[in-house]
Amino acid sequence: MVSTVTLPKNVPELKAQARELDFYYGAYKALKSISMPIYANKVTALIGPSGCGKSTFLRCFNRMHDLYPGHRYDGSIQLLPDEIDILSPEVDPIEVRMRISMVFQKPNPFPKSIYENVAYGLRVRGERRRSFLDDKVEEALRGAALWNEVKDRLDELAVNLSGGQQQRLCIARALATDPEMILFDEPTSALDPIATGSIEELVSEIKRKVTVLIVTHNMQQAARVSDFVAYMYLGDLVEFGETKEIFMKPKRKETEDYITGRFG
Amino acid sequence: MTDKHLSTQFDAELSGICSRVLEMGGLVESQVAKAVLSLTQFDGDIATQVLRDEERVNRLEVEIDGDLSGIIALRQPTARDLRLLIAISRIIANLERVGDEAARTARVVQRLLAIGLPTRLRLPVHDLQFESDLATEQLRKALDSFARLDPVAALEVIKHDQQVDQEFDGLMRKLITYMMEDPRTISSCIDLVFVAKAVERVGDHAKNLAEAIIYIVKGTDVRHTPMSAVEDVIR
Repeated sequence: MVSTVTLPKNVPELKAQARELDFYYGAYKALKSISMPIYANKVTALIGPSGCGKSTFLRCFNRMHDLYPGHRYDGSIQLLPDEIDILSPEVDPIEVRMRISMVFQKPNPFPKSIYENVAYGLRVRGERRRSFLDDKVEEALRGAALWNEVKDRLDELAVNLSGGQQQRLCIARALATDPEMILFDEPTSALDPIATGSIEELVSEIKRKVTVLIVTHNMQQAARVSDFVAYMYLGDLVEFGETKEIFMKPKRKETEDYITGRFG
Repeated sequence: MTDKHLSTQFDAELSGICSRVLEMGGLVESQVAKAVLSLTQFDGDIATQVLRDEERVNRLEVEIDGDLSGIIALRQPTARDLRLLIAISRIIANLERVGDEAARTARVVQRLLAIGLPTRLRLPVHDLQFESDLATEQLRKALDSFARLDPVAALEVIKHDQQVDQEFDGLMRKLITYMMEDPRTISSCIDLVFVAKAVERVGDHAKNLAEAIIYIVKGTDVRHTPMSAVEDVIR
């Protein structure tokens, strides 16, 4: 399918560019020649019905698929400004995951203290200086709007936090390694409306520092938090454009049918 | 709306609100026709009817507005559904103004009757009839194009708005001639100027309706846009 990609009038700086990206789960082709830009310090939302390939596409960005045999990429995802191809076998997936973090659907804190959860990525990198770690943990927790709630109990187990707090902790953990990009895979689907609101607020905040790519089933959420929207269907990118355009005047009838609830 | 939503209830709400807009449109269309008839016939009863209908028009406007807010709050419409609802909000405001113009005309008739002028003076009321026929035809076509969501028909309405304007200009010249020939007609001719202007405004409102219909279907706001650009949108 030929995608309809509408670039904004003032094109922002590029953070990544997918080019003719195919992805196979064994023999099954889950992504079909996806080409689209990801703009720096913007939120790009991936929407589409279940099975459309949006999570598959998201996971390509930090090489999650490498963890399972039989998965195969074709095409490229170029990360800018250094122009490396994330998918190239020569590129170390661990390094990619340091630069591009991920936050999952359900909060998944490690069975450790709040402090250790946030410091984990830095420790894996070999960071041992306590004062540096302290500063980074505070900075990440502040960035995730959680500092004030947990600053007096950093040694408590993270699993004792509420669902919304746990999710913000996961965002803090993702922020701690100073990533360039954060991937969110339906980050609020397990949260109540208030916690959802605070995560959405946070997404809009952190885009000042990092580029955000988010998968969501909630169309209103995509409308609220994103700057750009990509509508996918059956492994194809149907339409990419500015959020306001997509929600007011999409170019493709398929997109319009989906966002107005006429999708059957 | 041709395609069905997953929610048939939402479909029912949208088609319900469209029917009420058409009901309101039909009502104001007949109001304008009656108002001008009351003038050409100098019939106070018809004028009273027009004023009575105005209450219904106002009530419909408020009710439809309430329905609009309700749908927006509960359904969070997007794309063409959202454009439809925004356009309906504009359309009913215009229709209500058409009703106001009809009521203005009816009040002029009541005043003319109260001072007993028609029996003493000859006035060009039948020229007003022609202008009004043009304007109500425009309004009817605009409402038709709304019912069918037909942007081509809407474009025709925009194109023909000039005819009403030209008719208004002609009528102005004629009224000025009447006033110069017989200064006793000045006061009632000024009343007729107001009526002619009211009818001309009905034509303008029909044009606004047509622009709203193009917005619904094409997603482009063609208000304050040169005709050539509007034609490009329809193409």
